[in-house]
Amino acid sequence: MRHEKGLDRLFTILVYSMLLLASALAIFPLFYVLSVSFSTEFEYLTRGFFVIPKQFTLDGYMYLLAHPGFTSAFRNAVIISAVGTLLNIVLTSLMAYGLSKRWLKFRDSLNFMVFFTLLFSGGMIPTYLVVRSLHLLDSFWAIWLSTAIAPFNVIVMRSFFQSMPSEIDESARIDGSGEWRLFLSIIVPLSKPVIATFTLFYLVTNWNTYFSAILYLNDADLMPLQVFLRQMLVEDDPTISNASNVMYKYTPAAKMAAIILTALPLLVIFPFLQKHFNKGVMLGSVKG
Amino acid sequence: MNAYWKRAFPIYFMILPGLLFFIIFKYIPMIGISIAFIDYSPFKGITGSEWVGLHYFRRLFAEGDFLVLLKNTLLLNLLDVLFFFPAPILVALLLNEVRVKRFKTVVQTILYAPNFISWVVIVGITILLFATGSGGVNQILEHWGLGPIELMTDPQYFRWVWLLQNIWQGAGWGAIIFLAALSAIDPTLYEASMMDGANRWRQVWHITLPGLRNVIVIMFILRFGHIMDLGFEHIFLLQNPLNQDVSEVFETFIYKTGLIQGDYSYSTAVGLFKSVIGLMMVWFVNRLAKRMGQEGVF
Repeated sequence: MRHEKGLDRLFTILVYSMLLLASALAIFPLFYVLSVSFSTEFEYLTRGFFVIPKQFTLDGYMYLLAHPGFTSAFRNAVIISAVGTLLNIVLTSLMAYGLSKRWLKFRDSLNFMVFFTLLFSGGMIPTYLVVRSLHLLDSFWAIWLSTAIAPFNVIVMRSFFQSMPSEIDESARIDGSGEWRLFLSIIVPLSKPVIATFTLFYLVTNWNTYFSAILYLNDADLMPLQVFLRQMLVEDDPTISNASNVMYKYTPAAKMAAIILTALPLLVIFPFLQKHFNKGVMLGSVKG
Repeated sequence: MNAYWKRAFPIYFMILPGLLFFIIFKYIPMIGISIAFIDYSPFKGITGSEWVGLHYFRRLFAEGDFLVLLKNTLLLNLLDVLFFFPAPILVALLLNEVRVKRFKTVVQTILYAPNFISWVVIVGITILLFATGSGGVNQILEHWGLGPIELMTDPQYFRWVWLLQNIWQGAGWGAIIFLAALSAIDPTLYEASMMDGANRWRQVWHITLPGLRNVIVIMFILRFGHIMDLGFEHIFLLQNPLNQDVSEVFETFIYKTGLIQGDYSYSTAVGLFKSVIGLMMVWFVNRLAKRMGQEGVF
């Protein structure tokens, strides 16, 4: 590298140090949670900040795994996410692919119909009343169906399908393949990175879903992880919840362990898909 | 059946489930807005309930809820536009200047990670860090004689907590879109400017920032379309009886009056007011952008 002049050197130093600082701030809270989750309550109360616990223990995790409320909430979150994400990605990609066909009649109206929902919506109560009148309350179907498609994702995916060369379409038709065959055995394999990216996005939404759950699910047996976690973290803080008993129900280690078990699955998956994001997200989203 | 329909039928079939979703869960609720104009009773249904016109809108303005909601919503938005909006742009500009590829990838991974963490977890971590007495941050502050800070319960901190949590979660992830735009800038521009003796500060000012202008305008328009929604979950999770005066916004108010108190018509009226303002804002800012020679969103 050529020797940099004074101003450019300052520039480089500034760029790298600001990014290092930002990374440290982004990652520190997670590290802290991780270390407290392996600590004893005594150490948490007496030592303040620490990165490596002196008395390493798995008590927090053991407690959670034996807690029927937590295991049931975890199972519910897995079911909601698995079925929900499958439904999301199948419906979104089918619709986006269909709408990408330029020769299709009514295509503009259908596209506008999708786009308009980004600008205007019926709102919380009318949507709730629809879900209720379909008798979906207190079932996972309320969440699966009411959030089946994110309109923005249809628009981005459609732009991706549109950017594929039309020769694929033509040659497949000449070979006598039908539209379904073309979609399933040619388009889908070619779109793997995009499908993987959106699967992850939907998975994140489903795994982190909180609002739909408190809206549509009242039955405690159906409570997903995020709702359970809120009870554990927020309502167990006497200064916030106005609870009459000033005793904490859960130990700090148990709370931190619950945070780790909630956040970890996604944090483990995402770096593997990261290389696709830059391409996947930008496609069409700059100009919807 | 002619050739067009033979080819189009399977395609319409693919669109059908999605179309049903949009009709049932997006468009029927839009019709359901009509309950804002009637005295809706779940037993009588929409057609059986009495028409009350603008009664609920008058109530919104008359009861003074409106001013508090508007003030809180606008103040949070102001903070968001001033401090959160530029954050991803800054992150993208910084990442764009990194020449060491491995460093760039690692930093990107770290900065993207918080985007995958739910608001429940983020709020929970903040509570644990700032718990009075036992929280790590407050232990240190007290050790230095500075604390404790009642971060979650003292209303004066609410807006800043909300803002900083937004930045922590979204600044890195939001940079993706700007990075994408930066990768489209013609590299010969940089080479030419170097020949002309421009240093790196000047390159950022004269090449990189102008290259981002279109995306910044579009993101700004989209941002204004959501001026009335701040994200229900995040605010709801931060809300407690002590910070209610500063934390109550349209979305939390709608949830409470509608679902908790069962006042469907009133709450729908508030929701409609919110949606209409949002729609007008997008339309207005989009026009403004077009007049200024930008492309706009639609």
